[in-house]
Amino acid sequence: MTENQVQAATGAAVAVSPKSGGGRVETERLKVAVYGERAAAAGNSVKARASKMSFYYGSVQALKSLDMEISDKQVTALIGPSGCGKSTFLRCFNRMHDLTPMTRYEGSIRLFPDDIDLIAKDVDPIEVRMRIGMVFQKPNPFPKSIFENVAYGLRVRGMRSKAQIEEQVEKALREAAIWDEVKDRLHTSGLSLSGGQQQRVCIARALATNPEILLFDEPTSALDPIATARIEELITGLRGRVTVLIVTHNMQQAARVSDYTAFMYLGELVEFDVTSKLFTNPAKKATEDYITGRYG
Amino acid sequence: MAVVTEDPSIHALRADVSRRKLFDLAFVIIGLVVLFASLLVLLVLFLDLVMQGAPRLNWDFFTSYASRKPENAGILAAWIGTTLIMVVTACVAMPIGVAAAIYLEEYAPKNWFTSIIEINVTNLAGVPSIIYGLLALGLFVYKFSLGQSIAAAGLTLALLILPIVIVATREAVRAVPRTIREAAYALGATRWEVTAHHVLPNSMGGVLTGMIIGLSRAIGETAPIITIGALSFIAFLPSPPLTAEFPFLSFAWLRDSFTAMPIQMFNWVSRPDPGFRVNAAAAGAILLGMTLLMNGVAIWLRYRFRKRINW
Repeated sequence: MTENQVQAATGAAVAVSPKSGGGRVETERLKVAVYGERAAAAGNSVKARASKMSFYYGSVQALKSLDMEISDKQVTALIGPSGCGKSTFLRCFNRMHDLTPMTRYEGSIRLFPDDIDLIAKDVDPIEVRMRIGMVFQKPNPFPKSIFENVAYGLRVRGMRSKAQIEEQVEKALREAAIWDEVKDRLHTSGLSLSGGQQQRVCIARALATNPEILLFDEPTSALDPIATARIEELITGLRGRVTVLIVTHNMQQAARVSDYTAFMYLGELVEFDVTSKLFTNPAKKATEDYITGRYG
Repeated sequence: MAVVTEDPSIHALRADVSRRKLFDLAFVIIGLVVLFASLLVLLVLFLDLVMQGAPRLNWDFFTSYASRKPENAGILAAWIGTTLIMVVTACVAMPIGVAAAIYLEEYAPKNWFTSIIEINVTNLAGVPSIIYGLLALGLFVYKFSLGQSIAAAGLTLALLILPIVIVATREAVRAVPRTIREAAYALGATRWEVTAHHVLPNSMGGVLTGMIIGLSRAIGETAPIITIGALSFIAFLPSPPLTAEFPFLSFAWLRDSFTAMPIQMFNWVSRPDPGFRVNAAAAGAILLGMTLLMNGVAIWLRYRFRKRINW
């Protein structure tokens, strides 16, 4: 039996008898439904939906049957203590784990509007990564010029027209709020910039290809407070244009930039709600303990 | 005026620090002694060769064939043979070695089979060169009917340095940070694009350094090319690689018989006439000079590539 068949079978079992999934799954589903209604009421459609999504490093289960919806063109934050699986979850969205041997996905992450399963075996990870961009923890510009850094994704997509590439690069650099700082030195090395500028070039690089979802993996953890503020401002500015999913270990950051926040703990999704609700009136004791600084 | 009272324990602390720093000093001294000893040996060797060979180190020496008279003998056939063999070796070892290293590092699954290949590649670097000579004699000279030719010698030496090239390339490829690969993959690059656009260009310094270190080893190898039958007395050159007629390139030289610098030296050293000793010393100085020059180029290349990239 292939993995897909297993997935299909377990998925069907849940659909037929909701009780078989156990109490926790049921309440999670309820909450997702409630959240979905709320999102719909706010006029947001769903961009991606993880259902019964589990992930394994070898025999270690890192993610335990997560159910979550990502709203279109909104900012969704993942918070939780170190090792809770938030980065692991984020990296499922662009199949980064496929680069590591002995890893395995279960369940599904459906991407809308075309309703494909991002983690299905028969969906090419290259295709997924061409639709979903990512910004990493540590700024990682290529040792090439600033221009070439931003143009790389376009070149991979086979764009040849110089004018078209230049136009897209400028647009991306403007969106990443770094155009004014680098427009006179587009052909100097990306490594000559400061850490915060490098990170914004990396954001421009990801934006240049018009990703449907942009993943941020603790994008400011290597930056000073001023550079952090700029990146946060930039992320806030992306709302309404790009769907953003951001992992952060900084709760204030989640509160500042996100519309929705998910609190994860030990590979499980503990609570997922509108950011203001989760931070002011959490439903779960564990969430409250975490956001009031009792652990983590 | 305030009186500063010193805590007596500070003296014990200082004594302890200076005692421990003695080990630092001792290590520096040992390091310098070892370094200078090895450099000195090389320098003395080189100067000895240059002084012995000085009377023959002139232009005629480079432009004359071997001769029965030591004062007329030169290294024309030898240095041209060595150069052509190195060209063949480089052209064969570089693509195969780099491709093998990249496959092992970027593509191959990590399992017992690839581990065995890895261990064997590393061990091959330690196989005595005469074994390669015997293999080449059976395989290239007879089986592939290449004869006692430049092609056979080049292929033999390419086999000999392949492990060196593979190990050096793998080191260089591994030094490319994972974050760079991830950045490219995250933009939708395929494995080949990541390799060709990022991994290879960023490891080129190390790859070329490994290649040149391999060639420096090959240039001095004597045993394997004697085994496959290098001539020691040649009074003609291989056919020229460039020709006057279309298509201007000729590969006939690949099938020509040859001699090489170490063979020529070996031949001269074994002769009774002391005049040939002088020739051998001069040829030795030139061979050593060629090796040092190649290593110098390797260092320069590494410097050039490293300067462009700092993570």
